[in-house]
Amino acid sequence: MISDATVARLRSVAQQPDLTGTPYTIVREIARGGMSIVYEAVDARLDRRIALKVLALELSSSEAARRMKYEARTIARLEHPGIVPIHDIGELPDGRVFYTMKLVRGMTLGEFARNRPRADLLRLFLRICDAIAFAHAAGIVHRDLKPENIMVGEFGEVLVMDWGVAASIDATGEIAGTHGFMAPEQLRGEPVNRRADIFALGAILQLVASGDRPLCAISEKAMANDPGQRYGDVSALAADVARYLDAQAVSAYRENVAERVVRWTRRNAALVAVVTAYIVMRVIVFFWLGR
Amino acid sequence: MASLFPTTRRSVVHALRSDDSQERTRAFDTLVAIYWKPLYKYARMTWHRAPEDAEDLTQAFFARVYERESLAGFDAGKAAFRTYLKTLFERHAANESKAATRIKRGGATTQLDFAEAEAELKHETATPEDLFYRDWVRSVFALAIVRTREVITDEQFALFEAYDLSDDRDVSYRELASRFGMRETTVTNHLAAARRKFREAVLDTLREATATDEEFRAEARALLGIENDF
Repeated sequence: MISDATVARLRSVAQQPDLTGTPYTIVREIARGGMSIVYEAVDARLDRRIALKVLALELSSSEAARRMKYEARTIARLEHPGIVPIHDIGELPDGRVFYTMKLVRGMTLGEFARNRPRADLLRLFLRICDAIAFAHAAGIVHRDLKPENIMVGEFGEVLVMDWGVAASIDATGEIAGTHGFMAPEQLRGEPVNRRADIFALGAILQLVASGDRPLCAISEKAMANDPGQRYGDVSALAADVARYLDAQAVSAYRENVAERVVRWTRRNAALVAVVTAYIVMRVIVFFWLGR
Repeated sequence: MASLFPTTRRSVVHALRSDDSQERTRAFDTLVAIYWKPLYKYARMTWHRAPEDAEDLTQAFFARVYERESLAGFDAGKAAFRTYLKTLFERHAANESKAATRIKRGGATTQLDFAEAEAELKHETATPEDLFYRDWVRSVFALAIVRTREVITDEQFALFEAYDLSDDRDVSYRELASRFGMRETTVTNHLAAARRKFREAVLDTLREATATDEEFRAEARALLGIENDF
């Protein structure tokens, strides 16, 4: 009898696309989403491993094919170190559209974030903001930003993945995205602009903020229900996070005197250490001479 | 656009009514190969039949199905062929005392290893319905493996067996290349060819095991699509 594990493997094998006539050979399945499956494959022409994304059997309609081509062209337009580069696009013998892209070896942001210092994660967050700001400048909204769609490579490179539901700014259409990271206007199916991505970035930042008041305030501002109350663009959000990292006041949070002192102390840690050491020394000398 | 579900076979429902005796025999073999074990186990688990009793019931059922018009009552609009056949089996079990015979004819060449089925049942915890579906999937795949074996080279099948059919999930392409004395790219090429043929064999088998094109596509999507987990 075939074991359950073998049946599962055979099901996966039988789903693999027929790549006859292409230079690609499947190595293994990497991920699967609602519309497509991503495989690790070998490009025989260049003898290198690549990622190959193909429409799922379930979604072989012309609309899904059009969507896949649009996704590939969108990524092709976005040449940026923080956006996964696309190599090739084609059609399988069964008519399904596929495209190939750089194979990113590493882990998702969600996996990477475990037990990492907050400052490291915030610096990484700023690089994500850079990539998204670049896309926005090109007129593209990602619409599905979440930790699972951000890869951190072996050498610390950050790549925004899965542009499958990306659209032109102010595009309307299907409600796409992931609950928890979708802006209210996106959930309602209204036209979305860059502020929908700012909402998602705020949701990602929230995972890092873990109770820190200025960071929570930045996150809350990015996730405001009213898009008009959010940051005007990704650069403004990134600037606030950069100020936080630099122990400067952030625009999203009005701090009290005690917090201002603590922040000032954190920013001037070296000076505070020298002054404290001097005072302690003077106190010791004072009491020693007074004996 | 080429078809997503290319197949050259036709449903056993139609093939069993054929005037061509060879086609009927082949269709009957396919039907038995796919369904005997799911039905046998279903009889054992649902009605708690003794092994010998369930064996007789299963064989008598297939003998009845071999009658040319036995599947005439099938209505594709009402149920999937798999469901219909199970219902027919339930009715057969209810009426078997009236039949009062244990005919074993039909000419199927498939070996029915009831002892193996019994051994598999010993550790089974699934419901009869779930087990029926799981065994049906297993039978479809088992038949597809046999058919794949017939159309690929020995080398390709040996690799397919060592990698995709093996329960050893740790074996790598590099290890296989070393074991079989070939380059890693040859391993992946052979496996790709074997998988392509296996996929065709699964689709062919599914086409035979279903009644209509719509049912075939639905089963193919359920089995090979992305939504259902085994």
